[in-house]
Amino acid sequence: MFRRHDKSSQANGDNVTIYFEDAPIICKPTDSVAAAVLLSDPGYTRRTPVTKAPRAPYCMMGTCFECLMDINGVENQQACMVPVRDGMKVRRQNGVPVLPEDSKEPEND
Amino acid sequence: MFGAAIAYGLSRAGVDTLMLDGHDNNLRAARGNFGLVWVQSKGKGLQRYADWSRESARLWSGFAAELTDITGVSIAHRNDGGMMLLLGDEEVEKRKIEIAEMSKQSGATGYDCEIITHADIQAYFPDIKLGKAVTGASFCPHDGDVNPLKLLRAMHSGFVNSGGRYKSRCTVNNIDHANGVFTANTQQGQFSAPKIILAAGHGISHLAESVGIDAPIRPQRGQVLITERIQQALPIPLNGVRQTDEGGFQFGSSEEDIGFDDGTSLDVVQNIASRAVQSFPQLSTVRLVRNWGCVRVLTPDKCAIYEESISHPGAYVATSHSGVTLAAINARLVSKWIATGEQPTDFNHFSASRFHVQAT
Repeated sequence: MFRRHDKSSQANGDNVTIYFEDAPIICKPTDSVAAAVLLSDPGYTRRTPVTKAPRAPYCMMGTCFECLMDINGVENQQACMVPVRDGMKVRRQNGVPVLPEDSKEPEND
Repeated sequence: MFGAAIAYGLSRAGVDTLMLDGHDNNLRAARGNFGLVWVQSKGKGLQRYADWSRESARLWSGFAAELTDITGVSIAHRNDGGMMLLLGDEEVEKRKIEIAEMSKQSGATGYDCEIITHADIQAYFPDIKLGKAVTGASFCPHDGDVNPLKLLRAMHSGFVNSGGRYKSRCTVNNIDHANGVFTANTQQGQFSAPKIILAAGHGISHLAESVGIDAPIRPQRGQVLITERIQQALPIPLNGVRQTDEGGFQFGSSEEDIGFDDGTSLDVVQNIASRAVQSFPQLSTVRLVRNWGCVRVLTPDKCAIYEESISHPGAYVATSHSGVTLAAINARLVSKWIATGEQPTDFNHFSASRFHVQAT
C-alpha cells in the first residue's frame, strides 16, 4: 500500500533489518519504526483498549497515539517517534499492557 | 458544566431553552476537570451544601442511565465509594479532626466517612500494590466518578435531542431588562427571554451584578496528569488518583492561587507525580502522556450559589466548583426550580447574601 518516494538509498549498505511479528523488514536507519512497519503492509498494528478495534499509524508525528506497538518487549510505544535500530523486534500492541511488576519503592523512612 | 446540566434539565422538561456558550479559548472548568463525583470534601461550614452534594450523588445513577438512554453516550459513571489517601501519621490525624468536625456539623444526618487502615485499603485494590507511605485513607460510600468529557458531550447532545438550541462563540456582553423581558446582548446579536440563567463560570460576576446579584468568584488552578492506558487496577476512585474507563491513570488535586492562568508548572507536576508513586509504586515506570492546568470556579466558602434576583425576578445565578458532582441535581432539581418556581428545601441557604457581614 505504501511505497518509498526516495528510492536512491534503498539498497545501499546502511540498511537495517527489523522484525515485525517475526517477519523481517529491510529499512533505512533514518526510518521511524511506524514508517518501516507501514512499508511491510501490516494490515493493523494495534487493537484498542476498549473495543479491541484494529488500528494503524495515522498522524506520524507523535500526536494521535494510533501507532502504539510493543518494541523490544516494551509495550505502548509511539512507533512513529522511535527510530529503527538493527535487529529490533516489534509486535502489535494488543489492548492495554499489564501493570509493570513492583519496582523499587522509594524509601520514606 | 452548571449551564449544560441546567439547560439539559429544562429542555427535557419541555421548556424552550437557548444555551449561549463562549469560545473554545475561554477558561473552561468543564473541559479540564478531574471527573470525581465527590461528597466527602464538600460543605464544611454549610451543612445544606454537604447534604446537597450527597443528594446529587444519590441522583447520579438514574441521571447517568437516562443520559446514556437518550444519547447513546456511555459516560462511565461509578458509585461504589471513594477514598482520600493519607500519607503519614500527620495527615491521618488531621483528617480525623476534620471528620470529627464534619460529624458534629452534620448531626443526625451523619457524615458517612471513616478512616480505614493500610490493609483495608489494599483489600479494595487486589491488582495493584499500595505503597508503604500510605498510612490510612478516609472512605466515603457516596463518592464515585465519571468520564467528565463524555458527560459534557452527553448533556449537550441530550439538550439538543430534546429540542434545546445551542449557540457557541456567543459571549454575552451585557444584559438589558425591560417589561419583564431579559435581552442578552452578544457577539452574535440580541436574544430575549422572560427568564435568564447565569451559569457563566469565570465570566459570571459582572453579568450577575447587572441583575442585582452578587456572585463573587475567584480562580484557583488545579493541574492534572494522565498516563498511557494500562489494565484496570483501580475499581474505585481516590481524590488524587483515579483510572479512567479507557485505562489512563489520572493524577491531580493541586491548588494554586495564581489568577486566570491555565498553564502548567514543573514543580507542581513533580509533587503530584511523587505523591502518586508513593501511593502506588508500580506507577513509577508508567509513562505520562499529557498534563494540563484548569482554573476552578470558587465562591468564598467553596459552596454553590443558587439565587433568583429580587430586583430582577426571572434572573437566576447558579454557579460553583463541583459541576460534575452537582450535574445530576442541577439537571433535576435546579431546572425544576427555574421552570416551576418549586424551591428545594432550605434553598435560601445558597443565596450569596451569606457572604455579607451580619447576614442572618
